[in-house]
Amino acid sequence: MIVTTVAQEQNNKLHPLKFTLWVAIASIIMMFAGLTSAYIVKSNFSGWRTMAIPKIFWVSTVVILLSSITIYVALQKFRNREMQKYRALLGTTLVLGLLFIVCQFIGYSELWSQNVRFKGSSGAGQFFYVITGLHALHVLGGFVAMAIMFLRSFFGKTKSYSAVPVEVMGIYWHFVDILWIYLMVFFLITA
Amino acid sequence: MSDILNMQPEIASREVGHKEQHVHHHKETFITKYIFSTDHKMISKQFLVTGIIWALIGGLFSVLFRLQLGFPDHSFPILETVFGRWAEGGKIHAEFYYALITMHGTILIFFVLTAGLSGTFSNMLIPLQVGARDMASPFMNMLSYWFFFIASIIMFSSLFVQTGPASGGWTAYPPLSALGQASSGSKVGMDLWIISMALFVVSSLLGNLNYISTILNLRTKGMSMTRLPLTIWSFLFTAILGALAFPVLLSGLILLLFDRNLGTSFYLSDIFVAGQALSNEGGSAILFQHLFWFLGHPEVYIIILPTMGVVSEILAINARKPIFGYTAMIGSLLAICVLALFVWAHHMFVTGMNPFLGSVFVLLTLLIAVPSSIKVFNWLTTIWRGNIRFTPSMLYAIGFVSFFISGGLTGIWLGNSTIDIHLHDTMFNIAHFHLVMGVAAFFGMFAGVYHWFPKMFGRYMNNTLSYIHFWVTLAGAYLIFWPMHYQGMAGMPRRYLDKSMWVSFSQFHALDAMISVVTIIVFLAQILFVFNFFYSMYKGRRCRSINPWSATTLEWTTPINPGHGNWVGEIPEVKRWAYDYSKDGRDFILQTEGPGENESVH
Repeated sequence: MIVTTVAQEQNNKLHPLKFTLWVAIASIIMMFAGLTSAYIVKSNFSGWRTMAIPKIFWVSTVVILLSSITIYVALQKFRNREMQKYRALLGTTLVLGLLFIVCQFIGYSELWSQNVRFKGSSGAGQFFYVITGLHALHVLGGFVAMAIMFLRSFFGKTKSYSAVPVEVMGIYWHFVDILWIYLMVFFLITA
Repeated sequence: MSDILNMQPEIASREVGHKEQHVHHHKETFITKYIFSTDHKMISKQFLVTGIIWALIGGLFSVLFRLQLGFPDHSFPILETVFGRWAEGGKIHAEFYYALITMHGTILIFFVLTAGLSGTFSNMLIPLQVGARDMASPFMNMLSYWFFFIASIIMFSSLFVQTGPASGGWTAYPPLSALGQASSGSKVGMDLWIISMALFVVSSLLGNLNYISTILNLRTKGMSMTRLPLTIWSFLFTAILGALAFPVLLSGLILLLFDRNLGTSFYLSDIFVAGQALSNEGGSAILFQHLFWFLGHPEVYIIILPTMGVVSEILAINARKPIFGYTAMIGSLLAICVLALFVWAHHMFVTGMNPFLGSVFVLLTLLIAVPSSIKVFNWLTTIWRGNIRFTPSMLYAIGFVSFFISGGLTGIWLGNSTIDIHLHDTMFNIAHFHLVMGVAAFFGMFAGVYHWFPKMFGRYMNNTLSYIHFWVTLAGAYLIFWPMHYQGMAGMPRRYLDKSMWVSFSQFHALDAMISVVTIIVFLAQILFVFNFFYSMYKGRRCRSINPWSATTLEWTTPINPGHGNWVGEIPEVKRWAYDYSKDGRDFILQTEGPGENESVH
C-alpha cells in the first residue's frame, strides 16, 4: 500500500513494483537453483538414501494449481470492479493457500513416520524437507500478504482502484505455484 | 504510518503542470526524519555512519592482532584490557586469534564494503543522478537499512558471547563451522553469525531490488541509458550481481544451519571427534565451498564495481575531461559482471579439482584481466593531459587506480592454478586481495565521501586533514601489504598466530614488526578521517554553491540541502550525456542544457 504510489504516472513502461517483483523472483530462482543443483551433485555420492514421495503431495499440487486459477479470476473481477466476487475469490485463494500448507505439513509427518529424518547420513529426504520447506515459507509469506490485502478490501480506509497490488500479488502467487510444480517434477524424476 | 501515506503521493508526483512546490509540508518528527526515515538520502547517511562504526571495530581488530603478529615475544597489557580473558597476560590466545580474523573479514567485507559502500552511494546517488524523487519503493529501502541494522546488532552481540564469536574464517567452511565440537567459536557464535548473515542477505536483496528497478524505471525524461553517469551503471551491475549471488549463499547457509542444529549430513561425512564417530555420512564439505564461492567471488565485484563507478565520475570531473571510452567502460562493467558469475572455482584449485575443470576456470579468470585493463587504461587516458584539480577526492581516485593495478596484477598469478598451488593460503594471497579489493575499495569510498560530502551535509570536509589522511594511508597501505608478497612467496602461511618456530621465516621478524608499526599509524590516520567527517558535519566550511565541483550531473541541480523529494518544482529534463567537460570552449555543460546550434550531443 505504502509503496504503490510512487511514480503512478509511469504509464508507458512496466510498473516499477512489478519490475521489482520480477527481479526478486530471479533472486528466489537463484536460491532454489543453488539448492537443487546441490541435490544433483550430492545424489552421486555414496551413502545416498532415496525416498518415495507421499501421495498427499499430489493433492497439494492440485490445490495450489486451483488457487492460481482463483487468483487469476479474482484479478479479472477486480478490474471489472466486481468487488463482491473479487473478495470471494480472494478469500477462496486464501483458503486454498492454507490448505496447501496443511497438505505439505501432512506430507512431512507422513515422511517422518516413514523414518525419513534429519539425522544421519545424507539423502533425498533431507533435501526434500529443506527445499520444499523453504518453498512453503514463500507460500506462507504470500499468504500473509494476501490476508492483509483481503482484510483491507473490507476495512481499508482509502478506496484504491489501482490494480497494481492485486497484479503483483497474482504474479507472486503464480510464481510460487510454478516453483512448486518445478520442485514436484524435480523430485519425481530424481528421488 | 499515516505520515508516510500522506507524503508518498506528493513526493512521487510528476504531473506536468503541477505548479505547487513539491516539497513536503507534513510535520517531521525526530523519529521519522532521522530514524525511520524513508528518504533515500537519510538512509544513505545511516548506512554510511553504521559502516564507519563497523570499519572502526574491524580495523581495530586488525591493529590489535597485528600487535601480536609483529611482536610475538612481547605481551601487551592493552590486549588484556580490550579482550579480557581471551588475551590473558597480554597475549592473544591462538583460538581467539581465529575469532578475530574471522570477524575482521566478515565485518569489513560484508558490513563495511558491501552494505556501507553500496548502501551509501547507491542510495545517495541513484535517485539524485537519474532524476527521481526517491527510490521505487522507499519503504523497502527503509526495511533494507533496518534488516542491516538488526544483522549488525546480532553480529556485534556475538562478540560478547561466552564461547566467543565465529572463528572458522569469514568463509565459514564446514566441518569447522558445522560442528560445535570443532572449536569454541563454532558453538553459539557460529549460529549468531549465520543468522546475522541471513538477515544481511535479506537486507542486501531489498536494497538491490530497489536499485535495479529505480535505475531502469524511474529515470527522468531524456535520461536514456547511455546518458547515465558511469556511477549509475556500476551500481546497476553491482545490484544485479548481488541479487543473483546472495540467494545462493543464503541456501548454503540454510543447509549449514540444518547440519549444525538438526543433525543432517549436507556437508558432513565420516568424521571422528575425540575418537567418536559421528553418524553423518555422505555429505561433502566441498559442496559448501561451491555454494559459498558462487556468492563469494561475485562478492569481490560487488565491492569493487561501485567504487569503479565513483572513481570514473570523479576522475572525469577533476580532470575536466570527458571520461575516455564511455561505451567501453559500460561494456567492461558488463563483461566483469558476467564473468564474475563463472569463476568461483578459482578459489578451490587445491580442493582436488579435476585439472581440466581447473584449466577452464583459469581461462575464465584470466579473461577478467581484459575488461579490467580496459578500465584502467580508460582511467589513465581520462586524466592524461587533463587540467587536473588535486582535490582530496581526486587524490583518492588516483590512489584507487594505483592500488587496483598493483593488486590486480597479482591476481594473474593467483588465477593460474599451477602458481596458485604454491601461493594458496599464504601471505601473498592476503597481500593480493587486501590491495585489490580492500584498500582499493576503501580509496574509492573515501573519494566518494570527500566528493559528495557537500551534497550530503551542505558542508566541505577539512582539506588539510584530508591531505594528511590521504598521504599517510597511501604510503602506509603499500608499506603494509607490499612486503607480504615476499613473505607469501617464501611460503609463510596466512592465519598463523605464531610463526617463530619456523627457522625459515625468522628473516621476516623485523619486517613483521615494521608492518605492525605502520598498521598502527595508518589506523590513527583513519581516526583522523572519522574526526574530520563528524567535525565537518557540524562545523565544516559551508558549501555556498549548488555545484561546488562544477560537475554536469543532476545531483548538482538540487538545492544545497535538498528535502525529501530532491527537487523544488519539477524534475529537470536531461538533454545530453554526463561528460561534457571542456567542450566548445566551455568548462562544463550541465546535463539539463539543450544542444547549442551546430552541436551534436551524445
